[in-house]
Amino acid sequence: MLLAIDTSAGTTVAVVDRDRGIIAERSSADTRAHSEVIGDFIAGCLADSGVPTTAISCVVAGMGPGPFTGLRVGIAAAQAFALGAGVPVVRVVSHDAIAADLFAAELAATGSTGPLLVVTDARRREVYWSAYRGLDDAGLPARDGEPGLARPAELAEVVPGFDGYRRVDATEVSGGALGMLAERMFASGREFASATPLYLRSPDVTVPGAPKRVS
Amino acid sequence: MSAPLVLGIETSCDETGIGIVRGTTLLANVIASSMEEHARYGGVVPEIAARAHLEALTPAIESALAEARVTLADLDAIAVTSGPGLAGALMVGVGAAKALAVALDRPLYAVNHLVGHVGADVLRDDGTAIELPTVALLVSGGHTSLLLVRDLVSDVELLGETIDDAAGEAFDKVARLLGLPYPGGPEIDRAAVGGDASSIRFPRGLSRAKDLAEHRYDFSFSGLKTAVARWVEQKRDAGEEVPLADVAAGFREAVADVLLTKAVAACTDLGVPRLLLGGGVVANARIRQLAAERCAAAGVALRIPPLSLCTDNGAMIAALGAQLILAGHAPSGLGFAADSTLPVTSIQA
Ligand SMILES: [Zn+2]
Repeated sequence: MLLAIDTSAGTTVAVVDRDRGIIAERSSADTRAHSEVIGDFIAGCLADSGVPTTAISCVVAGMGPGPFTGLRVGIAAAQAFALGAGVPVVRVVSHDAIAADLFAAELAATGSTGPLLVVTDARRREVYWSAYRGLDDAGLPARDGEPGLARPAELAEVVPGFDGYRRVDATEVSGGALGMLAERMFASGREFASATPLYLRSPDVTVPGAPKRVS
Repeated sequence: MSAPLVLGIETSCDETGIGIVRGTTLLANVIASSMEEHARYGGVVPEIAARAHLEALTPAIESALAEARVTLADLDAIAVTSGPGLAGALMVGVGAAKALAVALDRPLYAVNHLVGHVGADVLRDDGTAIELPTVALLVSGGHTSLLLVRDLVSDVELLGETIDDAAGEAFDKVARLLGLPYPGGPEIDRAAVGGDASSIRFPRGLSRAKDLAEHRYDFSFSGLKTAVARWVEQKRDAGEEVPLADVAAGFREAVADVLLTKAVAACTDLGVPRLLLGGGVVANARIRQLAAERCAAAGVALRIPPLSLCTDNGAMIAALGAQLILAGHAPSGLGFAADSTLPVTSIQA
């Protein structure tokens, strides 16, 4: 069983199992309450799933892209829970979980999938985007390159073959989808994401110039 | 109850601090600082600090456990700074502390960073217990506060605080205008060697009669910084050499004087003959020396925790958590928020 945590948009936590699917999930779309709700969500999911902490074999961290202040809370929580539980942590690109959900819905409705562009709010009048060809042989979202950051008006320029994608503006990530994607990545031997959070933005800093005159 | 084994997590500014205490006994005090990453910007960059906390946290917990020779399973409780401090930085510690507490099924205590500085004093290895009430002067790059502590876990009052820059910030800014690197405190100290502190009289903020009426225990350092800048400019404009040692000594003296004058006045006014110092600026030798002189003259007992417990650290947070447990306080639960402006009256969230 896996514990999945993502704070790249709102806050979402889930307990999932490869055979049983999503066992428990708690989510809030609030983008300002990550550090407030994260503890109750984790405790709540464990309580709802009725399994002891020792049944969790691995923690899944959603690595973004996402606005940095919130994104870090989930990653910090995932790492700390894994340390406390004595289990490993694996990392998944949050957009991949959104794509997995969208592809599953598309497949159920139409019997096939086409290229997909996942877009989420990056604040400061910018968006994060990830482009997917479709599902790969293992049924996992096949992403073209790394997630990007752009102004909405520039998407058509920066996304190669922009017109060929079905664009979906997502506002939430599902912890359950994130966890189940990790289960399937394990099952098909896929490589997980790196430990570097997908901030996609440098910190706002300016190297100070010479001190200004005061007189 | 027997002395609780508590792990403390501190991420309010640029130090990732993990401490482990057993009651009032210090077992580990691990600090990972991102100070060097801020040096080229002349001050703490909140986003850089927060990113560094995320990277440093888990390794710091592991080294603290190793240093204390305990395991996570041995812990009785977790304590974490929930404020005041940099919001994004606090959230890293709070998120991690909550998840760790759930994973270990241990109670979690959310504590006040400033009161933590006072709580550090219970960890002194000379075994003398902190006597209360006490006035506490907490001075760092992030805060300059004067507190009246009647009880460590239930009764702390804010007497005054800076109305503009923190004292540590003033050191950084003056160092920069003198062409010295960051952090400014040790640089000013070094530059002041051999300087004559009385040769230039820089202003003491909020010390005139009319200011004292409204701001008896408050501090202001931005006027001092401007005064130093103006003095240096006039010298340079006149083509004269700036006597660096005298300027550094004069500035440092102005900071130390106003800090200690107000702190000792609080002790005298309130009839509390005890002063405790905390915060990174206590590393400044002249401030410690002047504190000793002024306290001796006023009949005030001075306490200064060891320097490693004065700068921001997790041991002080663990120590305050242990005090709360020993006093029978209930845990904070999991629903508290990181509060960048948490008042000192909120000792526990
Ligand atoms: Zn501090």
